[in-house]
Amino acid sequence: MDSSSNLQPKAKRPFDIHAVRQDFKVLHQQINGKPLVYLDNGASAQKPEVVIQSMVDYYHHNNANVHRGAHTLGDRATTAFEGARDTVKRFLNAAAREEIIWTRGTTEALNLAAFGLGHHLQPGDEIIVSAMEHHANIVPWQMLAERTGAILKVIEISDQGELDVNSYHQLLRERTKIVSVTHVSNVLGTINPIAEVIEAAKKVGAFTVIDGAQAVPHMQVDVQALDCDIYVFSSHKLFGPTGIGVLYGKKTVLNNMPPWQGGGEMIERVSFEKTTYNVLPYKFEAGTPAIAEAVGLAAAIDYLASFDRAAIDAHENALLTQAQTLAADCPWLKIVGTAKHKVPVFSFLMDGLHPSDVGTLLDQQGIAIRTGHHCAMPLMDRFNAPGTARASFAFYNSAEEVTQLFQALEKIHRLFT
Amino acid sequence: MTSTDLFLNNPLGVEVQIDEVLDAFSFLDDWEERYAYIIDLGRKLPAFPEPEKTAENLVHGCQSQVWLIHHIDTDTGKIFLLIESDAMIVRGLAALILCMLNAKTPEQLLQVDIDGIFAKLDLFRHISPTRGNGLRSMLQKITLIASNAKS
Repeated sequence: MDSSSNLQPKAKRPFDIHAVRQDFKVLHQQINGKPLVYLDNGASAQKPEVVIQSMVDYYHHNNANVHRGAHTLGDRATTAFEGARDTVKRFLNAAAREEIIWTRGTTEALNLAAFGLGHHLQPGDEIIVSAMEHHANIVPWQMLAERTGAILKVIEISDQGELDVNSYHQLLRERTKIVSVTHVSNVLGTINPIAEVIEAAKKVGAFTVIDGAQAVPHMQVDVQALDCDIYVFSSHKLFGPTGIGVLYGKKTVLNNMPPWQGGGEMIERVSFEKTTYNVLPYKFEAGTPAIAEAVGLAAAIDYLASFDRAAIDAHENALLTQAQTLAADCPWLKIVGTAKHKVPVFSFLMDGLHPSDVGTLLDQQGIAIRTGHHCAMPLMDRFNAPGTARASFAFYNSAEEVTQLFQALEKIHRLFT
Repeated sequence: MTSTDLFLNNPLGVEVQIDEVLDAFSFLDDWEERYAYIIDLGRKLPAFPEPEKTAENLVHGCQSQVWLIHHIDTDTGKIFLLIESDAMIVRGLAALILCMLNAKTPEQLLQVDIDGIFAKLDLFRHISPTRGNGLRSMLQKITLIASNAKS
């Protein structure tokens, strides 16, 4: 276990939505003459002031390159940067800090996973993904399949948007080498039973990769309890800065992965005859990393940890329940994704309207949502929809904002009838 | 082949001119009235021939599906346009564009101050390059048709 002082239980800050909203300056503005209601958190979340300030402080006082240090600023930068790695390690409950690899985001992390795990694939080997994956968890595997002659298999989903676990068990076989599934669907909000997915994959000896981009903003994740080989997420959806993300990998798995990008930092010794590579995690971190962004991400994780997780969960669940209750009174609105276990992501269609119409008319009323295919075209095909309108909530959204959303939707509905 | 009649019977840009729209808009107070007007305008789009809904006629960069076809009248040299979309607001904005640009010679068409009209209507954000709804690509496609017809 980690013996660092950060594990000392600290008094948690009470979850007061009005106080929480004060931490996010961006929320307090008018859009088209109306107070901003930001419900596009699934695309990118807002950053609390402490995150922005941590990066400003870093640049004001500590900025230098890391791991080069012949001077004080270099030492400070390295301490802050490696401290951020420790923070992520605790956040995921990883067994060791070397298991945390910085990437540019979830997309790059999944590409690294496909590169690293795909090394030994033979023609006819199989890779399993699900029908609800983001393109970032489809295309890298398709590219790998093309390179190696492996075959991509797809787990079906139900009309409610739940993983068809039976279909998954039928797909698993000896040729299955990799199972890569999202923890939470970015479109449907479905929380997948990934513990079960991982356990079954291990029985056939397949590597497991979990896309946690939409999960980490909404729940505690314990990679040791899950026992997955790789878990990835982005900072910017977790209230941290853009430009940085994380690949967690088990040490044994990472050690067996070949180095990816070549350059500085990832080497032990370079000569024109032979180059030897650095140890984990640096083996996968060529070039100067996103240092200030790592600092910002750590600040975001610390900020989240300052609250009692159960209080945040209760608030988010209340928002989702409120949205579902209000939606039930709108016969002209159809929810896409009605899984039993969901994060507060609310995809919907309105009778006779294209999602882009809904998005435009909500923006007129100060409400920001996402519309379109959400980088999940196969999922849109599955639901035979041109796209959906998606309101995705964060813990800083309020019950009043959910009410405002539905008042605005009523108005749009009236406009068209 | 599309029947030429469909093109020639399009009232937008012929019976319904952009000046009329600008006039009407000046009496509309809030966004609801303006969008209601645009959506109504979209209902005036003539039927778009189903066989022409091809990948080739699709305008790229639109979140909704948008098709655009044209016909050049050999006697007058005028360009006639038909546009279709599965989104109501895009249909309305397409109708607006037809009020500005339909049934014009290439020279007339290329002289229209499209950005200026959108700005006057307070709808410029719909054609700004940052907006992903493809209206800009629709306009680019039309001006390209006009430029090609001119040369």
